[in-house]
Amino acid sequence: MTVATLSRPLFTGADWTFDGLQRVNEAIEEIAVGELGLDIYPTQIEVITSEQMLDAYASIGMPLLYRHWSFGKRFAHEEMLYRRGAQALAYELVINSDPCICYVMEDNSMTMQTLVLAHAAFGHNHFFKNNYLFRQWTQADAVLDYLDFAKRYVAACEERYGVDAVEMTIDAAHALMNHGVDRHPKKRRVATPEKRKARDLARRAHEEASYSDLWRTLPRPPDRAQRDPEASRESTDLGLPEENLLYFLEKTAPKLEDWQRELVRIVRHLAQYFHPQRQTKVMNEGCATFVHYEIMHRLHARGLLTDGAMMEFLHSHSSVLFQPGFDDRRYRGVNPYALGYAMMRDIKRIAEDPTEEDRTWFPDWAGSGDAMAVLRDAWADYRDESFIQQYLSPQVIRELRLFSCFDEATDSAVEVSAIHDEEGYRSVRRALARQYDVSLQDPQIEVIEANLKGNRRLVVEHKVRHGRRLEPETAQRVLEMLATLWGYRVRLRETCADTGRTIGEQDALASPVPA
Amino acid sequence: MHIVDRRLNPKSKSLGNRQRFIRRAKAEIREAVNEAIKTRKVSEIDGKEEIRLPSKTVREPSFSLGTATGRRDFVLPGNKTFTAGDRIPKPKSGGGSGRDGSPDGAGEDDFVFTLTREEFLDIFFEDLALPDLVKTKLKAERAPMPVRAGFMTEGPPAKLSYPRTMRNSLARRIALRRPTEKEIAELEAELATAEEAGDEAGAARLKEKITATERRRRIVPFLDPLDLRYRRFEHIPKPTTQAVMFCLMDASASMTEDLKDLAKRFFMLLYVFLSRHYAEIEVVFIRHTTRAAEVDEETFFRSTETGGTVVSSALAEMTRVLEERYPLDDWNIYAAQASDGHNFSDDMGTCLEMLGQLVPLCQYYAYVEVSDDSGFADRFSSPLWAGYGDIDEAHPNFAMRRVGAPEEIFAVFHDLFARSRAAA
Repeated sequence: MTVATLSRPLFTGADWTFDGLQRVNEAIEEIAVGELGLDIYPTQIEVITSEQMLDAYASIGMPLLYRHWSFGKRFAHEEMLYRRGAQALAYELVINSDPCICYVMEDNSMTMQTLVLAHAAFGHNHFFKNNYLFRQWTQADAVLDYLDFAKRYVAACEERYGVDAVEMTIDAAHALMNHGVDRHPKKRRVATPEKRKARDLARRAHEEASYSDLWRTLPRPPDRAQRDPEASRESTDLGLPEENLLYFLEKTAPKLEDWQRELVRIVRHLAQYFHPQRQTKVMNEGCATFVHYEIMHRLHARGLLTDGAMMEFLHSHSSVLFQPGFDDRRYRGVNPYALGYAMMRDIKRIAEDPTEEDRTWFPDWAGSGDAMAVLRDAWADYRDESFIQQYLSPQVIRELRLFSCFDEATDSAVEVSAIHDEEGYRSVRRALARQYDVSLQDPQIEVIEANLKGNRRLVVEHKVRHGRRLEPETAQRVLEMLATLWGYRVRLRETCADTGRTIGEQDALASPVPA
Repeated sequence: MHIVDRRLNPKSKSLGNRQRFIRRAKAEIREAVNEAIKTRKVSEIDGKEEIRLPSKTVREPSFSLGTATGRRDFVLPGNKTFTAGDRIPKPKSGGGSGRDGSPDGAGEDDFVFTLTREEFLDIFFEDLALPDLVKTKLKAERAPMPVRAGFMTEGPPAKLSYPRTMRNSLARRIALRRPTEKEIAELEAELATAEEAGDEAGAARLKEKITATERRRRIVPFLDPLDLRYRRFEHIPKPTTQAVMFCLMDASASMTEDLKDLAKRFFMLLYVFLSRHYAEIEVVFIRHTTRAAEVDEETFFRSTETGGTVVSSALAEMTRVLEERYPLDDWNIYAAQASDGHNFSDDMGTCLEMLGQLVPLCQYYAYVEVSDDSGFADRFSSPLWAGYGDIDEAHPNFAMRRVGAPEEIFAVFHDLFARSRAAA
């Protein structure tokens, strides 16, 4: 570490100025890029008022979005909470775009602006740019243009086909939003026809070389293809089973108008864009919080921050990290900031100053000395579920006093299955990791059958895991919306994931389309 | 890094979303507004309202796993006393462990939000079937009027006064003797003739003169920042006046809750109207059976008394309050009377006489006879209706109406609104 040279503080007093922001940004950049080795998109800081922050809240944090009543609902609610004083507004909002747009509120003090810059413009920004999920699934440079297109398109549709018709389509698409993402990359065709041909030839050569007549004599399992070749061909053509319901509807639904398909597509793109964020809440916030903590401390060590500013920062830092216990009235689930930051800080500790326990748990990198390298790798290559599975240390489990419970719905009591002790660490860690696995938390629903020639019925299947069935009432409502998009009868079949047995079925009919 | 100041960007980007939301939940919001009208005070009608909607109407469903079946694991922080194998009994009701509600905290609770004053009035007016023009008029904020107040030397470009600026410019140019283009052209013409004539000394003198003139023209510009004048406006509040509004109501048992609710809307509408015109409004509630008394609003609308009906008692009470507290020179007086039309027949004489004295003192006296639809014939012969007919003819500032539903109320104010429309 370089010897801290004391220099004049970047600012004194609470009021922020544009010059001050610029100076602070330069000082932070020196530390973030030079010392922490962060790699960021160029930033654009936008100063907004509290009212504009509420606006941004309502449109799920996006600077522009199409119009829909549900955003108005959110706005009305947030506004009321804010006016009542029940809830303070966030100090910042950051958008995964290139350049990275970072909103800061005008009523923040200069200290808070410094914190916000370190947190959002560097912490989140680095995460957005480097995490594999964001790299793979979102196009940061195109998102704003796409949102602009979406907004115009929806407005044009409202003009042309009426607010009600548009609303109905978007409502239905929103209801299926969580099932409108590709969780795995789609099967792709090989890039060029030549390559494909070459591969076919190679395959044929291999088959000829390894031909054995004996294989023919083996009895074959009776498969579906033989029972109903017609239906099977149809479902292969449609790419069934398909887990991305919105994609399937967009491409296949027989009754949708072109503009409706485009609306479904817009919602699907939005869902896909937010999917990485759902999967990386803990890491994203942990990364940003860790980064701002490091930066603020290093600024202070150089004399660039006054002691007063540091106290103000620590106060807000610790309130953000507050984690009430499960029996506290304020408990609202595990605080992603608290968990994320605790893990990041612990990784730093283990890398720099490990105990015996750490060495047995993390033999690969405990004591490696370069904490930032370990962290940067973690930030780049993991999502919440795998990150917790790999990096949650016994130390953090003890600190947060995590314990896991097992709940059987029919039982009158919840059983504590593991606590922070030698036998419990691994199972607490596994349970917590699962809790952050979005694909386990969302019901697993696929289109398994679509009859395009006969009665045109669509069958979706819910694979029931651990006996957890869908909430029947909302399921029926969603099913009706699905039927609206599909245009004909839709059946939901719930089958046990282990045995394949059908547990329950429910149907919905398309509601009549308003003229 | 760029820093962009967005604070001056247009606000309420979400307005379109909000309108769509209110449109969507219209039926429920109207119900909630009607409920609110029942509990609101007359003088509070002109404000915003917190609305509570049952969550199912604005629900956004999605497939979710129920808690009624199956097995699940979850991890909680903050263990204090548990060890592995402990069993924690579940709370009885609600199913599942009530603790880990939905992660976004939305839950199944009612959805609460605030209607703005404008939205609230909109819905209030909707039931009353107000003409659009009146609606806009009533909803308009009471903003101070900008009034021209001379000129100022600084201001926004939009307020630049060209005539005044040019006048200053002209005056300055004349005072400082700015050479005109014509003068220069003349000099140049002279120079040309002098050069032609070969008068070298004259030409040199003229050249010098031209340079000096041109220099002067540059120094004394056509338009100087000193000349600029901007129109100045002062915000003059509307003349502040005060009004007192008397609400008279029959409190006998024949006035049912529904009729009272109807009467309340009638009073509220008058209040909204008055609040547009007067800075300060006081409301006096007088209810009567056989005796009248000034009461607070709660008592006025809530309690019923048994007994007959003597309308003159209320009018006497009103006269008393008027004389005691509201000198005619300082106050505009409005009166609104709601009744089901009953009165003791031997009181009618006194009643009409007193009313005949009161009405001229009032700016406006509105009478509504509320009734549910039963007994049309009965209403026809109601003593008050018959008696008030004469007063109606004699005084233009008296209005009377039979009302069976909220949308009929407006008619009684028709003249009042028409008058203010004509005046405006």
